[in-house]
Amino acid sequence: MTTAQPIAAPASPEFAPDRPGVPEAARESLIRARGLTKKFAEFVAVDAIDFDVAPGESFGFLGPNGAGKTSTMRMIGCVSPITGGVLSVLGMNPAHDAALIKGRIGVVPQQDTLDMELTVRENLIIYGRYFDLSRREAGRRADDLLEFVQLTDRAKSTVESLSGGMKRRLTIARSLVNEPDLLLLDEPTTGLDPQARHLLWDRLYRLKQQGVTLVLTTHYMDEAEQLCDRLVVMDKAHIVAEGSPRELIDQYSTKEVLELRFPVGVLETLGTELDGLAERIERLPDRVLLYADDGEAAAAAAHARGLRPETVLVRRSSLEDVFLRLTGRSLIE
Amino acid sequence: MIATRMLPALGFAPRADRLVERNIMNYRRTWIVLVSGFFEPLFYLLGIGFGIGALVGNVTGPDGHAISYGAFVAPGLLASSAMNGAIYDSTFNIFFKLRYAKTYDAILSTPLGINDIAVGEITWALIRGTLYAIGFLAVMVVLGLVQSPWVILALPAAMLIGFAFAAVGMAATTWVRSWTDFDYIFVVTLPLFLFSSTFYPLSVYPEPLRTIVSITPLSRCIDLLRSLALGELSPVLLVDVAYLLVMGGVGLWVVSRRLDKLLLK
Ligand SMILES: Nc1ncnc2c1ncn2[C@@H]1O[C@H](COP(=O)(O)OP(=O)(O)OP(=O)(O)O)[C@@H](O)[C@H]1O
Ligand SMILES: [Mg+2]
Repeated sequence: MTTAQPIAAPASPEFAPDRPGVPEAARESLIRARGLTKKFAEFVAVDAIDFDVAPGESFGFLGPNGAGKTSTMRMIGCVSPITGGVLSVLGMNPAHDAALIKGRIGVVPQQDTLDMELTVRENLIIYGRYFDLSRREAGRRADDLLEFVQLTDRAKSTVESLSGGMKRRLTIARSLVNEPDLLLLDEPTTGLDPQARHLLWDRLYRLKQQGVTLVLTTHYMDEAEQLCDRLVVMDKAHIVAEGSPRELIDQYSTKEVLELRFPVGVLETLGTELDGLAERIERLPDRVLLYADDGEAAAAAAHARGLRPETVLVRRSSLEDVFLRLTGRSLIE
Repeated sequence: MIATRMLPALGFAPRADRLVERNIMNYRRTWIVLVSGFFEPLFYLLGIGFGIGALVGNVTGPDGHAISYGAFVAPGLLASSAMNGAIYDSTFNIFFKLRYAKTYDAILSTPLGINDIAVGEITWALIRGTLYAIGFLAVMVVLGLVQSPWVILALPAAMLIGFAFAAVGMAATTWVRSWTDFDYIFVVTLPLFLFSSTFYPLSVYPEPLRTIVSITPLSRCIDLLRSLALGELSPVLLVDVAYLLVMGGVGLWVVSRRLDKLLLK
């Protein structure tokens, strides 16, 4: 942008959203949803949710089974028509510009949909061809991506012969073949062992460094904490909270949590003994959680009351606690 | 691959050729499966055309001339195998990709759309059927079963048959819920194969049965191919062509509607 008064030059457009007075509609978001709704017949799977995803951000949907995460991801991915509200992806309307939008996004679906009749490398090549890459370019990217997800030595294997974690890695490689601006990951690491999860997190982190916008769903709060700049907590088709992992913890939980485990049968007999020990008390089937800013002090107070738990653990609050507070349920059931 | 190169001109299925490419990639390794589709009608031709033909001797052709039974039955077998090949490809293979392998779900996350899938898969069935038809026609020539140069038109006619049955077969497959449901499809195709004048002329049927059989799709296909192979051109052939075009067009339309409903929920 050229201007006659260099000193008064406006901030570059990408910073415009932060200036006061810019109308909402002018803000640059990669995904923008207002009152977004999905119904299956009469059943409401996503109920009028609002959210924005900014370029370069990594954004998460955290929620239990059936919350509506996949339904939302499918609408963003242009494979599920919206029932109500407004949705724009990359500034375009999924109802009209599906092919254009899909050309610029990468999708890792919740269930692997690899082509069972093709080999590992062929899976990547044909996917590149679906995105109009030349055969040569598709081949080149296939080799790079196999390297990236450490599957080079399995290039000629059939998909069936891969382990679950390898399939997941191949699915992620496949989602990158068109060098997407936006990557949609629906539970990318569910079912993987810790080592495979860390490899994937590392790969996703690198993509984020390269400027790829990530949108992911997960049941795992450690994953959300690791990968998400910002997230929304979804429950029963609604968004119940929004913020960075830190903000959510600060807002909805205490600094520390005291976990008390009692011998079998004792938990049920506890009555008022716990009252007043902490800001908030959650009784889970196997343990009691006491939310307090000073966990050690709460533990001492419990001891003073004559409580003799089997184990005592003081830990920092996590997103799991936020979730419990917001929904009254554990994230992983 | 001219047919698929021309598809972009159709506009509504601009990337259908990618589906064909995917199938070629698949069969490049398992081409032996394709070869069996060529031998099946050939075995019928040898067994029935020559075996039964030796018993039957000559038969009266549509124009009253005597022709060998082999020359009579060959176009019928070509039409039947074009039907069977198209049905086979558009039922079992499509069902596996649609319900089990989720191949189309993956494809729909790329710029390809429902119409690309529908047109691409039907085109592939068509290409496969065309290869078989070329092989079968070559055998007919070698065995001296060809009576007229018009037989050259039997090739596009066989392609049209492949298109019509692939489209209808794929449409039917979208309603199939399990492998046993395929029995319903074969309850339809087997009688078509046996009773549609493949092995004997329609004139064996009394009215009104003859009229009823004559409006079934395979009867129209056989009428078309037999007339071309024997050089008996008549305006009725245009009706046959129109019949098959409408059948394929309706099938394709149903496939698009159904896939949309099944895959884009
Ligand atoms: N095709 C469909 N037809 C009918 N109901 C559906 C369909 N897809 C999803 N649902 C329902 O919508 C609700 C939300 O499902 P969704 O798959 O979006 O949840 P989710 O948050 O992704 O859950 P999970 O963590 O188990 O993957 C569920 O109650 C589900 O049964
Ligand atoms: Mg889900």
